[in-house]
Amino acid sequence: MSTKTVNQRAWLFVLPVVLLVAFNAVIPLMTVVNYSFQETFGDNVFFWEGTKRYEQELHSERFHAALGRQLAFTSIILVIEVPLGVAIALAMPKRGPWVSVCLVLMALPLLIPWNVVGAMWNIFALPEIGLLGRTINAIGIDYNFTQSPVAAWFTTVLMDVWHWTSLVVLLAYAGLCSIPDAYYQAAKIDGAGAWATFRYIQLPKLKRVLTIAILLRFMDSFMIYTEPFVLTGGGPGNATTFLSIDLVKVALGQFDLGPAAAMSLIYFMIILAVCWVFYTLMMRGEEQ
Amino acid sequence: MTLELRNVVKRVGLETHIHDTSLTLKEGGFNILLGTTLSGKTTLMQLMAGLERPTAGQIWFNGADVTGVAVRKRNVAMVHQQFINYPHLSVFENIASPLRVAGVRGGEVTERVGKVADLLKLTPMLTRRPGELSGGQQQRTALARALVKDAGLVLLDEPLANLDFKLREELRDELPKLFEGHGRTVVYATSEPVEALLLGGHCATLHEGRVTQFGETAKVYRAPQDLRTAQVFSDPPINIAEIIKRGGKLVLSDEVSWPAGERAAALPDGTYTLGIRPHHVSPAAHEPGEVSVEGRVLVTELSGSESVIHFELGGRTWVSQSHGIHPFRVGDAARFDVAMEQCLYFGQDGELFAA
Amino acid sequence: MSQISLKDLRHSYVAQPAGDDDWALKRLNIDWSDGGAYALLGPSGCGKTTLLNIISGLLAPTEGSVWFGDKDVTNIAPDLRNIAQVFQFPVVYDTMSLFDNLAFPLRNRGVPEPQVDAKVREIAEMLDLTGMLQDRASGLTADAKQKISLGRALVRTDVNVIMFDEPLTVIDPHLKWILRSKLKELHQAIGTTMIYVTHDQTEALTFADQVVVMHEGTVVQTGTPVELFEKPRHTFVGHFIGSPGMNVLPCAVANGVPMFAGTQVPTDHPVAGAESAARLEIGVRPEFVSFAEDGIPVNIVKVADAGRYRIVDARHGETVIRLLVSDGEQVPSDGARVRFDPAHTQVYADGWMIT
Repeated sequence: MSTKTVNQRAWLFVLPVVLLVAFNAVIPLMTVVNYSFQETFGDNVFFWEGTKRYEQELHSERFHAALGRQLAFTSIILVIEVPLGVAIALAMPKRGPWVSVCLVLMALPLLIPWNVVGAMWNIFALPEIGLLGRTINAIGIDYNFTQSPVAAWFTTVLMDVWHWTSLVVLLAYAGLCSIPDAYYQAAKIDGAGAWATFRYIQLPKLKRVLTIAILLRFMDSFMIYTEPFVLTGGGPGNATTFLSIDLVKVALGQFDLGPAAAMSLIYFMIILAVCWVFYTLMMRGEEQ
Repeated sequence: MTLELRNVVKRVGLETHIHDTSLTLKEGGFNILLGTTLSGKTTLMQLMAGLERPTAGQIWFNGADVTGVAVRKRNVAMVHQQFINYPHLSVFENIASPLRVAGVRGGEVTERVGKVADLLKLTPMLTRRPGELSGGQQQRTALARALVKDAGLVLLDEPLANLDFKLREELRDELPKLFEGHGRTVVYATSEPVEALLLGGHCATLHEGRVTQFGETAKVYRAPQDLRTAQVFSDPPINIAEIIKRGGKLVLSDEVSWPAGERAAALPDGTYTLGIRPHHVSPAAHEPGEVSVEGRVLVTELSGSESVIHFELGGRTWVSQSHGIHPFRVGDAARFDVAMEQCLYFGQDGELFAA
Repeated sequence: MSQISLKDLRHSYVAQPAGDDDWALKRLNIDWSDGGAYALLGPSGCGKTTLLNIISGLLAPTEGSVWFGDKDVTNIAPDLRNIAQVFQFPVVYDTMSLFDNLAFPLRNRGVPEPQVDAKVREIAEMLDLTGMLQDRASGLTADAKQKISLGRALVRTDVNVIMFDEPLTVIDPHLKWILRSKLKELHQAIGTTMIYVTHDQTEALTFADQVVVMHEGTVVQTGTPVELFEKPRHTFVGHFIGSPGMNVLPCAVANGVPMFAGTQVPTDHPVAGAESAARLEIGVRPEFVSFAEDGIPVNIVKVADAGRYRIVDARHGETVIRLLVSDGEQVPSDGARVRFDPAHTQVYADGWMIT
């Protein structure tokens, strides 16, 4: 039975937030929408362009390439971070003094500002002076992320995995801790091995938190900017120029505000659509 | 202090949780709301407390309309089924919290908390935290908090439901004494008929959001005005059978008919629903004047000092409740005596037929 | 299947147990014969869960040993003991169908699929789950889920004992009797040893042929429901079993006759050896106390109406004697006297019944 109380005055309390969101999100968004459909040559004079920008953008090879790189990057880090995060969470102690030590260690990368992460890895991976760069070269592999696209990708992915796997770990760990002991005891009594216990107890119980983890990691990685920008600047060439880096290049580098506006709206719609489809699929499974 | 509901209705969306209800609660003793889960007890209490606003109708307290008045401006105390205390405060501070909110200071707090703690046997635990107490003591703390406040309206929502039954017995004994006097109106929700009876006072039986009857608890139990009330006020469930009264006989089925007896003799011929409480159906002792039936035992529930036997008779499940331990085996055939003079007869509209 | 024996079992959660209080279980010797229905009954903290965990192998006892037949299993892991357990909250594998849930323990043990199919269908039939076998387990009601938990125990043919840990906690009160009935029926049909752990006397007495009552880490009595009601061996049993519990009254013994407040209280039971006890008490259940012409003079302090009987609190001096008066019987107002039925009046020395 519902216990909600209807009180119209409650809306007053929400008003400050509504204003904040309006100035922060809605008004800038509407400006961008405005720019994407119109052309201006200054003096606040606008010409209606219709959907021309969108058509151009959707057919531009440059956009396709950036989108391709973006999808590849997001897929790679999801494929690595989610299983790795779950595996680490499974390996972590469930009780005892080591729990807090592990949790603090896990939380550390998440506390570092994004640009610092980029700078750290830049230095860490430099072939001449960085520990990682020198080590890889020392074992006989030619590695220079400022010149080789493969090395640049490798470094970017490694950095993201280092930075963000903890988030999956913490979410999965919280999920695992909420499974009552009775489930494990029942599985033991039923003769289930470690794999069956994982497959039929832990994984189903983790479904909700993993949905959240995947959504968060998808959105964040799809919008990634600061870390690769600081690390590689989108290079070598355009090898690590992801969507947002490309967007900034168009908007601020070339000052093409119209195409940049159209591009950012397409970008926004992709994220929204993917999240919606993914969430609906997961939740439909839940209901059945 | 009196609480009155006037034509109160509560709808949420398309569902009606409380149908048109008018009720004037009694000052002093307990007002018991008896009903199963989802019968509307909690909703009714929330309406009384002001946590919910009725969709229609008014709530009057002490001669004033309080329908739209916020909870904190009403002088209300509430205790829930879960043991709700502030975990970070000592028992003393927990009990004192309503006084602190009300702006009571200094010696008066110590004095009033001390008095209530004494009454609830919490004095040795005053410095401990709720987490260190047993369930019974935690609920005593919650009750003390409701008691210290001197609220005109005290709402107890199944406060004993989460306690072990021996503790429940003990606290149930004490409750009426604790809350008596002071002109308080006490409302107590429960799903257990025996608890309602033992607490006494007045009782409103609830079924699917409707109050079916309100009156002195023992009277509602002994003379339920309709079948619903009898069903709500019977645990184990009251036995029910369709019968046809024809002359001096009560016809149960083609094979089974019983002599009508003194009480049923006054009934005009026709179809009735017969209700008989489980303790009027007892394992056969062959006492004269009683009707006996034979059924197949489904289970015998033993509660330590009594036996509740579920058996099958004519496609229906019947229940017998008797003192002592009578361990029948599942599947056994057994005979039971029915005390016909104790039967209740309901007309086809469900109303009790006063014989 | 085999007999279960606990030999000189002791357990402490403290590393270096010193005093009596440090032992959660205080030296137990129990033999449970093959195929019996047993219950472990006691309030929270009595040690029943500790004992359950020792039998299932989740806990290794500090001292003593656990035997299944002629095999010492004290140090054998839970999964190798061939036990099954039904927990307080139903454990089902959400992503599997009901059929796969029941098949899970068999498939894990490498049983060939045709045999799995036959066994699952046989057990599903017994549990009335046949029509739902292809449904997913996640959407079911609590009672259906609990049936699945039980079903996973029943499909196995290698089970020594099925243990139940408060299995009806989450079941709707009105449906509990149906599952109780099912459990009894299954035990009669299958004949596996079953041990049922609970704090609820109705659960324990309804299920078990032999009930083990525990109190503060010791077994205070093992007996049938009738024995626990009529001959409680310890005052705790008398208090804990039955509602209301047994009257425990301080007494003295003079010339081989118990005396309560200067009045002789005749008993059919032995009183020999009472003189050496530090504390002597009379135990008599409220059912066996009645009003009489001569006997112990009392003041009536409270009459609580429980519907089919009334609970009367009668005071003599500082001591309250409870008695049950059936509906319709008169409660005298002045100069009341009560007597105890000698056949059901026992004398207890330091808490234990004199035999």
